[in-house]
Amino acid sequence: MSFAALPPNAIVLSAFLFMIALAGLIIGALFYYKRWRWLWDEWLTSLDAKKIGVMYIIVGFVMLVRGAIDAALMRGQQAVAAGDSLGYLSPEHFGQIFTAHGVIMIFFVAMPLMFGLFNLVVPMQIGARDVAFPFLNSLSFWLFAAAAVLMNISLVYGEFASIGWLGYPPLSELEYSPGVGVDYYIWILQIAGLGSLFSAINFLVTILKMRAPGMTLMRMPMFEWTTLASVVLVIVIFPILTATLAMLSLDRLLGMHFFTSDFGGNAMMYVNLIWAWGHPEVYVLILPAFGAFSEIVPTFAKKRLFGYSSMVAASIVICFLSFVVWLHHFFTMGAGANVNAFFGIATMVIAIPTGVKVFNWLATMYRGRITFTTPMYWFLGFVGTFTLGGMTGVMMAVPGIDFQMHNSLFLVAHFHNMVIGGVVFGYLAALSFWFPKIFGFTLDEKWGIRAFWCWLIGFFVAFMPLYLLGFMGATRRLEHYDASTGWQPLFIVAGIGVVIIALGIVFQAVQLVVSIIKRHEYADTTGDPWDGRTLEWSIPSPAPFYNFAIIPAVHGRDAFWEMKQSDPIVQARPAQEYVDIELPCNTPVGVYIGACAFVFGFAIVWHMWWLALLGFLGVVGLLIARSFDENTEYILPAAEIARLDAAYTQKTI
Amino acid sequence: MSTMSRTSIFLVLVAVGLVSLLAHLSGGIDIQILNPQGPIALEQKRLIITAVLLMLIVVVPVYVLAALIAWKYRATNTDAPYTPDHDHDQRIEIVWWTIPLLIILTLGTITWKTTHALDPFRPLDSTVSPVTIQVVALNWKWLFIYPEYGIATVNYVAFPEDTPVSFHITADAPMNSFWIPSLGSQIYAMAGMSTRLHLLADQPGTYHGLSANWSGEGFSGMKFIAQSLSREDFDSWVAAVRQISSVFDTGEYDLLALPSSHTPVRYFGHAQPGLYDYVVNKYMQPHDTMPVRVLHDE
Repeated sequence: MSFAALPPNAIVLSAFLFMIALAGLIIGALFYYKRWRWLWDEWLTSLDAKKIGVMYIIVGFVMLVRGAIDAALMRGQQAVAAGDSLGYLSPEHFGQIFTAHGVIMIFFVAMPLMFGLFNLVVPMQIGARDVAFPFLNSLSFWLFAAAAVLMNISLVYGEFASIGWLGYPPLSELEYSPGVGVDYYIWILQIAGLGSLFSAINFLVTILKMRAPGMTLMRMPMFEWTTLASVVLVIVIFPILTATLAMLSLDRLLGMHFFTSDFGGNAMMYVNLIWAWGHPEVYVLILPAFGAFSEIVPTFAKKRLFGYSSMVAASIVICFLSFVVWLHHFFTMGAGANVNAFFGIATMVIAIPTGVKVFNWLATMYRGRITFTTPMYWFLGFVGTFTLGGMTGVMMAVPGIDFQMHNSLFLVAHFHNMVIGGVVFGYLAALSFWFPKIFGFTLDEKWGIRAFWCWLIGFFVAFMPLYLLGFMGATRRLEHYDASTGWQPLFIVAGIGVVIIALGIVFQAVQLVVSIIKRHEYADTTGDPWDGRTLEWSIPSPAPFYNFAIIPAVHGRDAFWEMKQSDPIVQARPAQEYVDIELPCNTPVGVYIGACAFVFGFAIVWHMWWLALLGFLGVVGLLIARSFDENTEYILPAAEIARLDAAYTQKTI
Repeated sequence: MSTMSRTSIFLVLVAVGLVSLLAHLSGGIDIQILNPQGPIALEQKRLIITAVLLMLIVVVPVYVLAALIAWKYRATNTDAPYTPDHDHDQRIEIVWWTIPLLIILTLGTITWKTTHALDPFRPLDSTVSPVTIQVVALNWKWLFIYPEYGIATVNYVAFPEDTPVSFHITADAPMNSFWIPSLGSQIYAMAGMSTRLHLLADQPGTYHGLSANWSGEGFSGMKFIAQSLSREDFDSWVAAVRQISSVFDTGEYDLLALPSSHTPVRYFGHAQPGLYDYVVNKYMQPHDTMPVRVLHDE
């Protein structure tokens, strides 16, 4: 460890200066407005699921900007680096950028946006006041945040891995990657992975045990079903990731031979294991997006969700099938024809329940009264792009086709088609849909729709050329190619597409600023801005910290809609007695454990054993100390709830 | 809606402009996968077309229905029927579970057959006896050894037209993927493993070959030329290479294996026999008497 580890590269240096400037600005503002105490008490140490959700989403968006800059750097390089021009990135740096892009977009953008959404929506939608384990929730977030900090440290101190986002050995072994980059990769994913696993356990228990009286499983909103399927997947697959990376780190730290080329190691084992995690992982991300659309479409079509049982069945089938398709990521590794054919066909079968979901959404719109708000734009954009992505996905599921298209830019276009068209569109729709419930005002529609058009058109301009490039024999991850290939015009167009998407991201920032400025005009005074159907819309916006003053009783699906139909005046406020409620006290232990995990991660990357041990003991010690803390909850008296609720009701009416 | 329309019209115009520019600039470019030069690539092209057509049976209705329904049932069209509580219809649900199922059954059957027919390990049916070429992926170049002719080349491979080429592929490097898009199918090149790939070129021609799996910083320069020659040209090429006095033995191999990228084409007139097995078996230590690992029976 020394100053020599700071890279002398201009791009990295400017990123470093930018990060310092940004951090300085934030810290300065906190001092100037004397907000440190507020930040610590109200946010960092909070166990309120809504606040933890917001923090997840903020980190997710910050990392989205970094991941997008990585994407722009790559496409920029590929647009210029043909023939004699070598572009501006060295091969080694290019490798670090595409590895970081993949890791960031999956672990530090998609996952936090997903867990953020779960935190914001799940408890309220099932009529609960909080998640099952509030402290574990904070701990999960802080482990994730520690990993995110480590990820950004790797940009400026040392190097990041240059091995592709899944780090296939033997390239990721010491023999070929002796630097700290792979160690950063391993420990970042280990720490973030633990956070994801804990969070998934939390939401599994929350959904199974915390539902309001009367809400049977088959009365749950669809978003709850898809969340359930998603977290079950996380619980099953993340231990595989942890074990696989642990074996890789044993190879690197202790000279073992799990995945090395020699001494009986077998890289093919790693490839199988990492995809046994990696394939279900994409379903982890897409299922909640399906769930969000299943809430958005009925709301804006003012009609019950079509084929609820079918949708539940489809989600469960997708959840199960996602475990038996991992091998389709490496048909070209030399498995026999029977094995390849089995996994190919299993993959195609997933298209059936997915197709059914699309038809059910269309049937929900059929004979509805559709209002075209931003979330509905995202939905229609999703149908347009995701269907296309599904088609190219089924193509690649045919091993005979995959032998040709594998690892080409056709593949890159396909999975961005699914991730942008599916996951990103879904989460952005969900965020604009549920935003008013958390912040008390709706987002500006005009800028939201502008951002949507940029994302949609930018996506097509950026990725259609990649499909074509795949047909032209261009593989992924090339930082330079011959001019004679004729690929350059297509790469230039793809680069323009990235600029259009970037404009979409800028428009979203503008949307947020405009909405904050106009927050009084856009105030959600009723708590139900969209004429919603599920319980979260029955409480005021922004949601009180205790969510429900009185836990509602549920008598059917679309619980709030039914309440409004049967008694429009009383709505969700039955004349019941308020009772005392128990709420979790704030605690800084999560922050401390996150800090210790960060110290441990950083120290082990740089082989500072004493510090790593200290970090590890810190984590264990804090957990033990926390388990002896008896005062983790406080009572909110009935009288106080009555007073707060009356105040809210007054504001609402 | 009006601002939205203006923004969207503008962006659509930009997109159309870009696509036309693209079409103009890429005129005369070889779209290799749609322009197959051998039976494997041809079969794969047909498979791509079949799969796309089958899926359009679902995709087209989805697009049409989405557009029609979204338009007809917009909130402002109060003449359209409105049935807020209509939430299931078993008959129609059976239809849309069944249609995709039938399509996948069809495609699944095709998949089963073609996966066997196009298995890279399966020798091709031909009356002509195949040429065997051993391939070693190195950091970052391709070594080709012709055990039948005792010659070796770097970043250049030649074979006779209309003759099955039987590739034995390994690596002395991180994982790579051996790919000649114009001829079809790729297969991983892995250290300590020997994979197989069978290809055939219909006519004489020159094709691009490359690695399709990221293997480190020299990856972009890891390219080779694949040339299919008439039988006479191939024979005289082999004879010409054999005239070259350079010897390719384990010493020379170890030098070649040192990392380099964009490596120029090289020819060796005398390749030491058993070199390929030497490379594969390097990774068998400490049990260097173990047989070569072949992934599965052919």
